[in-house]
Amino acid sequence: MTLILFIEQVLNGLQFGIMLFLMAAGLTLVFGVMGLINLAHGSLYMVGAFAAAAVAGWTGSFVLGLAAALAAAAAAGALVELLVIRRLYDRDHLDQVLATFALILIFSEGTRYLFGSFPLYLDIPDALTGPVTLPGGIQYPAYRLAIIAIGLTIAAGLFWLISRTRLGIRIRAGEADREMIAALGVDISKLYTIVFALGAALAGLAGALVGAIQAVQVGMGEPVLILAFVVIVIGGIGSIKGALIGSLLVGLTETLGSIAMPALFRLFMDNSAAQATGSAIASMLIYVLMALVLVWRPQGLFGARV
Amino acid sequence: MTLKTLLAASALAAMGSLATADGHMTDVKVGMITTLSGGGAGLGIDVRDGFMLAAKMAGNNHLKIVVEDDQRKPDIAVQLADKMIQSEKVDILTGIIWSNLAMAVVPSATAQDKIYLSPNAGPSALAGKGCHANYFNVAWQNDNLHEAAGGYANSAGFKNTFILAPNYPAGQDALTGYKRMYEGELAGEIFTKLGQKDYASEIAQIRASGADSVFFFLPGGMGISFLKQYADSGLDLPVVGPAFSFDQGILQAVGDAAMGVKNTSQWNKDIDNEANKAFVDAFQAEYGRLPSLYASQGYDTANLLLSAMNAADINDKPAFLAALKAAEFDSVRGDFAFDANNHPIQDIYVREVIKEGDVYTNKIIGTALSDHSNVYVEECQM
Amino acid sequence: MSRETILNAVIFGGLLAVPLWACIVDEPFTITLATKVAILALAGVGLNIALGLGGLVSLGHAAFFGLGGYAMGILASHAQSYTPLMESPLLIEGTKSMPIIWLMALITSALAALAIGALSLRTSGVYFIMITLAFGQMFYYLSISWPAYGGEDGLSIYVRNGFPGLNTLDPIQFFAICFALLALALWLNARLIRSPFGLALGAARQSPQRVETVGLSPFRLRLAAFVISGAITGLAGALFADLNRFVSPTMFSWQTSGEIMIFVILGGVGRLYGPVAGAALFITLEHVLGGLSEFWHIYLGLLLLLVVLFARGGLIGLIAGREVHHD
Repeated sequence: MTLILFIEQVLNGLQFGIMLFLMAAGLTLVFGVMGLINLAHGSLYMVGAFAAAAVAGWTGSFVLGLAAALAAAAAAGALVELLVIRRLYDRDHLDQVLATFALILIFSEGTRYLFGSFPLYLDIPDALTGPVTLPGGIQYPAYRLAIIAIGLTIAAGLFWLISRTRLGIRIRAGEADREMIAALGVDISKLYTIVFALGAALAGLAGALVGAIQAVQVGMGEPVLILAFVVIVIGGIGSIKGALIGSLLVGLTETLGSIAMPALFRLFMDNSAAQATGSAIASMLIYVLMALVLVWRPQGLFGARV
Repeated sequence: MTLKTLLAASALAAMGSLATADGHMTDVKVGMITTLSGGGAGLGIDVRDGFMLAAKMAGNNHLKIVVEDDQRKPDIAVQLADKMIQSEKVDILTGIIWSNLAMAVVPSATAQDKIYLSPNAGPSALAGKGCHANYFNVAWQNDNLHEAAGGYANSAGFKNTFILAPNYPAGQDALTGYKRMYEGELAGEIFTKLGQKDYASEIAQIRASGADSVFFFLPGGMGISFLKQYADSGLDLPVVGPAFSFDQGILQAVGDAAMGVKNTSQWNKDIDNEANKAFVDAFQAEYGRLPSLYASQGYDTANLLLSAMNAADINDKPAFLAALKAAEFDSVRGDFAFDANNHPIQDIYVREVIKEGDVYTNKIIGTALSDHSNVYVEECQM
Repeated sequence: MSRETILNAVIFGGLLAVPLWACIVDEPFTITLATKVAILALAGVGLNIALGLGGLVSLGHAAFFGLGGYAMGILASHAQSYTPLMESPLLIEGTKSMPIIWLMALITSALAALAIGALSLRTSGVYFIMITLAFGQMFYYLSISWPAYGGEDGLSIYVRNGFPGLNTLDPIQFFAICFALLALALWLNARLIRSPFGLALGAARQSPQRVETVGLSPFRLRLAAFVISGAITGLAGALFADLNRFVSPTMFSWQTSGEIMIFVILGGVGRLYGPVAGAALFITLEHVLGGLSEFWHIYLGLLLLLVVLFARGGLIGLIAGREVHHD
């Protein structure tokens, strides 16, 4: 593998990781503050992508599509929180799993009912089509660089939000001691709705950004959701920093592993067999990574408690 | 539309229809198991609509059809097959889209002496050693379109192709099929993860490989993702693929990224024959959208069955099977015949993606392989 | 006799009576459905030992279900093609005999549960849910991309495996086998609840510290429960594969884990007959709603939501009232 190819793959891993971060950040916040496990987070990702595709198709503007994705996912998140999720905070995780599993069924088939069974079209904006040349002669798609930039900006914004604003103080207080901040007069149910909608909006944004380079279709959210779980387990629940580090680790492992493993097996197998076996092993790598982290630190890299 | 459509074709057609010339034809009951919900429902819906359209146009009131949704789950498909054989007492099964579902249903159905007409999946296991006199494939053997892509690569002068497919049996067959016909060198060969949506890493490898062309088999959402990302990468090597990623249903979701790409198919809406014109017009009139490859396969399957019903009685199994094998029907793809292993001998075309008004569609630009059969015929002992 | 005991008898008798009636009126498909209920209930009984008794919310039981299925698929496919499974260091032949296949399914899934459990039980709560889910996915991707046993196409077994003295191809006889195994598992489960092990496990769920002070290790108790749970679900997987005469990676998918969990919760968590009632209700719904609309998953989702929000004891809780000693 040449250096240029290696750098390009690292960028790919980075971009994949940043996308995972947008998903994982919302999940980990919702868990940290409300103690809720939300399987339907992947559905909000899908809602974002469909809203972006519908609005961008209708108006011709990608930016409006992104705005619609944020709005639709946040609205869907807030609605779901008000109708269903808030009844689940006092329940055990089992009830939360089942109720949010039910939400997946409703969201997925509901979307199919509204938009039909065929994938929707969403393209990247004209300004960002095509590759740019990076120092060293690396050709890299401008849109993917933009995703990395947007993701890092949002990560920075989240850190600022959590550490510097009044809302952030409440969120951290909520993570530390729920009863206490309610006793101090903070409108806890409003705080919960805001946090949930914020997480949903991040997922929706991720869905819309990714939808432009992938397919916008029903069921697109669940594979990402499971990867986001792996990220959270690695990074530690409730930790935004853990989610960021975990996302990048998973993104890089997945991307570089899928090249390294077949290359490794090619040393002692013929090409086709090495490809097939190497890919099979590569698909397990992130789970092995997760297992290793668990053995070393059961609470995750930055988790406070088990 | 309800799922369990027990559709007596007669209900739609006028009384005293043409096809029931002899007046005492036996009813033929068909069980259609196909994917109508969840991911991939678009394909099943097209097969069903194509099949129903042919049934309606023929107006043969002895054709009874039961449709059920397999949700793309093999275990559900097996149970539906059991239900249709045990409770509905169907004579013929059809409809399955996916090879893995076909492998779950077909061997036991044919072993129970039911006829199976495949409108899509054609796994190699059922074409070679596992072939059966009761099993007919009306679409293609799985390798066919990939072989055609390999044939096209030779005629287009490609010398150094980069090939990729998902790491599952159909993907492995695809690359084998391409390599069977392709005579040049391989710049690289990659198996991706099934369901993978991000191909940045593969595209980087293509760029670094020095290839002069790319062949890919990535059905459904995978292909949409790949094409969009490929178009955006700045690479402009020619791309070839089988028709599955350029089908009418998903082409609109790929958009401009697919423009000009060559793909191989045994059917296209511009094939010039009477049957095809009638089909394309009727399909648009009935459903308000352009027909897809899958719709054409569903339509042909129904017409093959109708032709056999006109020639023989279902209770006379040997005669009915012979009538099916004769394939005396006007296929929308033109010439059509069954080889010894009950898989089609047919022309496979090269199509190019074009834009007609606002709609992306395909145009035939040449023939990749003429009167093409499959390599498994030799292994088949019926 | 409590209402729950009467209800249990009704459920048990109903599951036996429906296929017998179907046998008389010659509706073989109804027998197949009842067999599916019995097998899925068995998988649920397995999960219920971890979930209800041990308080371990595993969203990865599809791993054991699938391993059981593949144990059957691999052994039977080798027997079907007369090729040995392994030649050196010792010769292992495939087999079409159900008892041997069951044994292998139990052993493989128990070993997998031991490994997964040993790692996952280092954590608890929501970590445990996510980790079991992720391990399940790992098996899913491995089974799809491993080339030897069919990959995504799965493995077809043309003739159902045999059981000494019975004709397993006859739907009612195969049902009898599955029903007998379900009854055995239920009996075992009932014994387990009242055994010292079961009591200690229940105590570990409610208060791990108290268990530790009497010198028992909650980790070992939970691991043992997880292994028993995984093994029973694995056995159900082998039977499910035999019902369909087919195995595929779908058995490993996380939706399968979700569905097994739905059976348990629909029926009532921690109730002995919960999984049986849940599986029966789910299969009935699948057939009634599936016949009404292509979009039946929406109704299924709404129903599940209603059960979680308003009928917390599940079906059995709704009819028999809430358990007095539920934690």
